[in-house]
Amino acid sequence: MTVASPNDFQESLQPQGWLRYFSFSLDHKVIGLQYLVTGFLFYFIGGALAGVIRAELTSPISDFVSRETYNEVLTLHGTVMIFLWIVPVVNGAFGNYLIPFYVGARDMAFPRLNAVAFWMIPPAGILLIGSYFITGAAQSGWTAYPPLSITTPALGQVVWIVSVLLLGGSSIFGGINFIATVLKLRRPGLKLMQLPMYCWAMLGTSILVVLSTPVLAGTLLLLSFDIVAHTGFFNPALGGNVVVYQHLFWFYSHPAVYIMVLPAFGLVSEILPIHARKPLFGYTTMVYSILAIVVLGLVVWAHHMFTSGTPPWMRLFFTIATSFIAVPTGIKFFNWLATLWGGKLALNSAMLFSCAFIVNFVFGGITGVALAQVPFDIHVHDTYFVVGHFHYIVYGGTVFVIFASVYHWYPKFTGRMLNEDLGRLHFLLTFIGFNLCFAPQHWLGLNGMPRRVAEYDPSFTTLNQISSVGALLMAVSSLPFLYNVIVSAFRGQVAGDNPWNALTPEWLTSSPPPVENWIGEAPLVQHPYGYGVDEDTLSVQAATGRDLWSGAGRR
Amino acid sequence: MTSLATSGSATAAEAAAAEDHGGHADLRLFGLATFLVADGMTFAGFFAAYLTFRAVNPLPAGSTYELELLLPSINTMLLLVSSYTFHRSGRNLLLGRMGPCRNWLLLTAGLGAAFLTGQMVEYFTLPFGLTDNLFASTFYALTGFHGLHVTLGVICILLVWVQTRNGGRVTSADPFGLEAAELYWHFVDGIWVVLYGILYLL
Repeated sequence: MTVASPNDFQESLQPQGWLRYFSFSLDHKVIGLQYLVTGFLFYFIGGALAGVIRAELTSPISDFVSRETYNEVLTLHGTVMIFLWIVPVVNGAFGNYLIPFYVGARDMAFPRLNAVAFWMIPPAGILLIGSYFITGAAQSGWTAYPPLSITTPALGQVVWIVSVLLLGGSSIFGGINFIATVLKLRRPGLKLMQLPMYCWAMLGTSILVVLSTPVLAGTLLLLSFDIVAHTGFFNPALGGNVVVYQHLFWFYSHPAVYIMVLPAFGLVSEILPIHARKPLFGYTTMVYSILAIVVLGLVVWAHHMFTSGTPPWMRLFFTIATSFIAVPTGIKFFNWLATLWGGKLALNSAMLFSCAFIVNFVFGGITGVALAQVPFDIHVHDTYFVVGHFHYIVYGGTVFVIFASVYHWYPKFTGRMLNEDLGRLHFLLTFIGFNLCFAPQHWLGLNGMPRRVAEYDPSFTTLNQISSVGALLMAVSSLPFLYNVIVSAFRGQVAGDNPWNALTPEWLTSSPPPVENWIGEAPLVQHPYGYGVDEDTLSVQAATGRDLWSGAGRR
Repeated sequence: MTSLATSGSATAAEAAAAEDHGGHADLRLFGLATFLVADGMTFAGFFAAYLTFRAVNPLPAGSTYELELLLPSINTMLLLVSSYTFHRSGRNLLLGRMGPCRNWLLLTAGLGAAFLTGQMVEYFTLPFGLTDNLFASTFYALTGFHGLHVTLGVICILLVWVQTRNGGRVTSADPFGLEAAELYWHFVDGIWVVLYGILYLL
């Protein structure tokens, strides 16, 4: 009885070359890139949906699309961007590609489960997008709050639930795999506190995934009973309780914010030291900050519900707990600044996106602390202020890091460099477009423009049009990016094994890496951030020691 | 499960163990346990919903939380005994006694099936249906979701029973199939004890 290894398949059934990416491959690098490319496809679909929303909002009346279509589009936009773009890409794509390298393994702990987890995503995505064309999509937003989700057309809502259940299952399988890989598959001699920060981020994220995603699954099952079998769990007309849905939903969906942003913290912690040529500042505090965010992240969910008749003691508790999250997050923020401080910065595209992440994220973080305060939250609840805040975290935070990571790891993925000039153009357009799009939404929200409505008061027209121009710029910004990633794959400058002179293990092999990651023994990297340190304190290539596989005689 | 990952130096025995598992320590039970934590959280969400409903949503006049206790109590005993019989089966497997191992397995599957039958009898004799009131819906959702787990467990036990036949893949040298089914079965039993406590006794 053997645990599946990619080798067994490589020699028999598995296709070679580019066909691998369309197969049930067990290689973590293939799966990682499958996640990444699929994620980007859904990013452009979700972006087109956002384009429809911003086009509609250029005028105060609903003229571009009907109100029902607007509701469908905003529901699909939220669901696609969260469940099919950000979660699969920051977790599935970079996690699967990088984590085995970082722990010194040749693959994930459960390669077959890993492939299953990925192949749950395309059907879920097709179901979700297809529902718009065939049955009409769900109209109740990505939160699917009852009674709205019970009273809007049932078929689209049920398809939405099935799709989210599939994606949740995929996410849980991925989480199990990451936990096992980080905790159990480390190369002998590699201690937990020597792991690159992204491993810690993925461990924390995966704990959140395993603890909170099942609660969403259970809740959606109950919701589907309400829709299909006419039970009354969340239907006040039948004696049910809508607030219970909100509690259960946010028990997942608040941690989901950390599921989307913790891996980004990890990725940026890998990128900054390499391009600043300095060790990551405050490694230990970074680790404990992540663990603190995991614990606190599980007990702050009701701050989304301050206007849902929550009793005063609950408001008090959740305000305090939420404000506390600013402490570990602030520690990480200052650690990144200290990492940059006095460094020899190479302001390339990866670094520009990473630094912009720090700026955007601290802005989103400040509005987040503001939103945690009950009096302020009640004032701006369900307005565009919340939309602005959320997009500063998830776009300005996570998506900026995804772009930084693509620029940083593209040479490893393909063996070729991306064009720097196009990268800087992409950055400039994205940064200006993003701020132009989302900064005005804070003003709109403070002045009372409700979110999720196709029409608004004519006095908000100018700011909405500015916001839409920003969205257009963001759309344009993806053109140089797309051109860059496609053309550079064939004509880019050859990267070599380690174009950034990095010390983390994925760079200590060829680009792209061989099937089992290293020819010969896995390197023992005990100082992944040893930049600017004496050469002899580094043990990049251990002379002795062995990796987990060398006993099996597979060299 | 030996943890090769944390050991610093190689021994011949460890290297041999690594080879047996295709390169690294066998992590399948660890993975299953992590999955059961996730599965347990689904139940935890249901329990939390039920307790909140019960605390804040009054039932319509004429309906009650009272349930017949005899049958579910017998069912609880059946499941607890089945955990013991499964344990006996696992012990026998590790000792290489395949005959008793398979008999205990069959007995466990029988107890599981008896539990499901009891559950069915209860469903057909209850005075309320799925959509009668909030408690009725929650009752059927909770017991139904658990019953689904028991059904899956019985199927797994029967599969393991087939695999423990002479020449099957589950042997005393490779007991993973049985150990996984056993872990899952104990988990399902544990969930039932909590469910019995809050649904029937509370």
